[in-house]
Amino acid sequence: MPNFFLDNRDLLFHFDSLDMRDIVPIAEDDYRQAKAFNYAPVNYDDAMENYRKVLEVVGDLAANRVAPRAAGVDHDGAAIHAGVVSYAKGTRDNLRELAQADLMGMIIPREYGGLNFPFSVYMMAVEIISRADASLMNLFGLQDIADTIGKFASAELKQEYLPKFATGEYTGAMALTEPDAGSDLQAVKLQAYQDTDGHWFLRGVKRFITNGSGDVLLVLARSEPGTRDGRGLSLFVCHGGDSLRVRRIENKLGIHGSPTCELQFNDTPAQLVGSRKFGLIKYVLDLMYRARMGVSAQALGISQAAYEEALMYARDREQFGRPIYHLPAVSNMLVEMRVTLEVNRSLFYGAALSVDRKEKLEAFIEKLKAEGKPFAEKNTELKQATRVANLLTPITKYVLSESVNKIAYDALQIHGGTGYMKEFRVERFARDARITSIYEGTSQMQVVAAAGQVVNDVLREYFDKKEAKEYPGGLLRLATSLKEIRQLFYEGLKTVVDRKDSSFQDVASKDLVDLYSYLIMGYLVLDEAERDRKKIFIANRYILNSLALARKNAEAIKSGLYSDLLHADEILQ
Amino acid sequence: MYKSVVLVKQVPDTANITGNVMQEDGTVNRAKLPAILNHEDRVAMEIALRVRDQYGGTVTAITMGPPRASDILRECLYMGADHACLVTDRKFAGADTLATSYVLSEAIKKIGDYDFIFAGRQAIDGDTAQVGPQTAEKLHVPQITYLEEIVSVSGKSVVAKRKIEGGYEVVRCSLPVLVTVIKDAAEPRPFKAKRVMAFKGARSLLEIEKLVDGNPLLSVEALVHEYESRSLLIETLTMDDLHLDPARCGVHGSPTKVYKVESVVLSSGDHEHIEPTRAGISRLVDKLFEDHILG
Repeated sequence: MPNFFLDNRDLLFHFDSLDMRDIVPIAEDDYRQAKAFNYAPVNYDDAMENYRKVLEVVGDLAANRVAPRAAGVDHDGAAIHAGVVSYAKGTRDNLRELAQADLMGMIIPREYGGLNFPFSVYMMAVEIISRADASLMNLFGLQDIADTIGKFASAELKQEYLPKFATGEYTGAMALTEPDAGSDLQAVKLQAYQDTDGHWFLRGVKRFITNGSGDVLLVLARSEPGTRDGRGLSLFVCHGGDSLRVRRIENKLGIHGSPTCELQFNDTPAQLVGSRKFGLIKYVLDLMYRARMGVSAQALGISQAAYEEALMYARDREQFGRPIYHLPAVSNMLVEMRVTLEVNRSLFYGAALSVDRKEKLEAFIEKLKAEGKPFAEKNTELKQATRVANLLTPITKYVLSESVNKIAYDALQIHGGTGYMKEFRVERFARDARITSIYEGTSQMQVVAAAGQVVNDVLREYFDKKEAKEYPGGLLRLATSLKEIRQLFYEGLKTVVDRKDSSFQDVASKDLVDLYSYLIMGYLVLDEAERDRKKIFIANRYILNSLALARKNAEAIKSGLYSDLLHADEILQ
Repeated sequence: MYKSVVLVKQVPDTANITGNVMQEDGTVNRAKLPAILNHEDRVAMEIALRVRDQYGGTVTAITMGPPRASDILRECLYMGADHACLVTDRKFAGADTLATSYVLSEAIKKIGDYDFIFAGRQAIDGDTAQVGPQTAEKLHVPQITYLEEIVSVSGKSVVAKRKIEGGYEVVRCSLPVLVTVIKDAAEPRPFKAKRVMAFKGARSLLEIEKLVDGNPLLSVEALVHEYESRSLLIETLTMDDLHLDPARCGVHGSPTKVYKVESVVLSSGDHEHIEPTRAGISRLVDKLFEDHILG
């Protein structure tokens, strides 16, 4: 029986490398939950065994049920009749089975019926599901909504919503975007007002809302009349119903299984999540961490699927008397795809772990505070963990979503004319891939989000340590190349800082973020190569390629390439 | 509230045969194939669980097989079975359908009362479709074969839809009854993550004995007690537990002997060109009748 977890050697490598000894005991309350729940782990090894077993279930479902339905889901798509949205049949079957398998509440605490899994393990499940059907990620990957309610809402709201999310009875939506507030969420207008009894109501329009037809919506709305920026926004939770109309669903290039809705709130009753005015600046920012990672997992899953499809086709398809796999131009493309895929996976699970680490530290500090114990030391740790997560999540979203477009493009290219035809899966992968670099923050916005941390060189100490490390013989050359990339980064950074020109910094920050990403991924894969011989080839190709690209990035910054932007109007006339 | 027993079998995964699995004499090298829960038995599990979900009751999975057959019992627990029972003994080895149904029927008697016994129509390794019906005969209960759907259950009777050639029929039968299930009857539910975590450590007596083997710090009795207290003990029945007639078990109780295994290679023989005309087609139809392919 095929299994999308067990057949993926690289994913297994990352699962086996997961070191969550600092995370799991906090999440599991030092394993005290085992007394109350027969499915709670009794120690760290037991927890890891649980995660492995459940990922096997996910892998089985993905390979044997979800993947075979994906073409049908893509063909049928979600539909709307008389304002009622319905999923494709395959999507309905997928959701029913995911719920039967207890997989719709993976990160919800056990007391509300969830599995209480770490974020990193949940992300593995999202990757596996996305490989089978990218559009299903948009529903399966919405478990973060429950997480936001769990973290910030009142005890009553948690009790009201979380158990039904855990059973799969509820699906959710994050209603943030509006016609005039896309990348710029500070411009959100949807009005939230209170009646004399203090009940909240929502009025206005949201657009491009993934699964906006879901049962429970988290809505970002302006609760402070007269304000114009993010500080006037609060987060609300509401049910779908008569006062919430789905005006239309979008006719999209890809991810057809996921209904993208335009919503009209007609004085819809809602409840406030957390405190007023913290909607955007705290809760949505927290949600965005996870949303970015969810989309990155989707990109990674599609990358895996596209790569496998290309490899299989290249082995089967004969031209000039032998499989095209043996043509150097083709095998080079395949190698590049595989290397990108593996290095991206290293970055992804590094970032997922950074989110876990940050969140568990937050929870731990809350616990210390509640017990009246000192927490200053942990707070320092948390600050750095937050900086790292703030850097890694946008970089991951940026790198992985750009990569999947290239991988799907090349996978289709390897298929030749056949790949352009609907009969083959690869055209679907190319279409599904395209959205990942757009939604949950475009690549350009991710660069902006990462640039602050990059300019501040947040990982300086980490890189210093890596540079001081002695890598064995064959890897020495690669370590030296990474040192050179770092020098190029500092030269570029100095140029940008010295220019004191914010427009120049805006355009050059893409190069700086690129340079920083080579260093992050380069050292990750170099360390992996030290542990596992199979990774030596991956490290070699990635780092040498990165050095070539780094020279280009640095040159672009230093050469004055971008100075013609001053004349953009003339050029674009 | 209805008590169901489900007969399940561990079989080689013939859907995923690779190059070196088929041997020259036409037999299958079982060691090289992964062992899985027979698909129609999984469907039978699903039907039993649906009866329980709708009407209440319990579901017990039972298999006769070697110690490693515990794997499929754990899978039944992951799906939702309340209990699992392994019937195992070296003396059961080499059993044909007659000996197997004898042992299973005695094991079912030992387990206690039941309203339903569900089984897959047949196993993909033997394809006999005999064990279910023979078990029903030995237990003196009626049987409904080729089940497509349980229409309703009320009191001590069941209404069921069964597949027959060219259609289906709906039958009513008193309980207890043995039911064999075809693969289209239902889509088996996936494993439940919580149950996977809760029952991943379920062990049969033989597996516990193996754990203890060579470790003087452990005792079988203490471990059995511990597993039982955590609901992780897979009930294990052997020859001695069932007071069986040795002459009816295993090889001794199996009159079926494999006479010859022939490796059949399908290949096309002569071919004939038929003109796409009225006369040509009419000749083709005559020929098909003549060869008894039609009619």
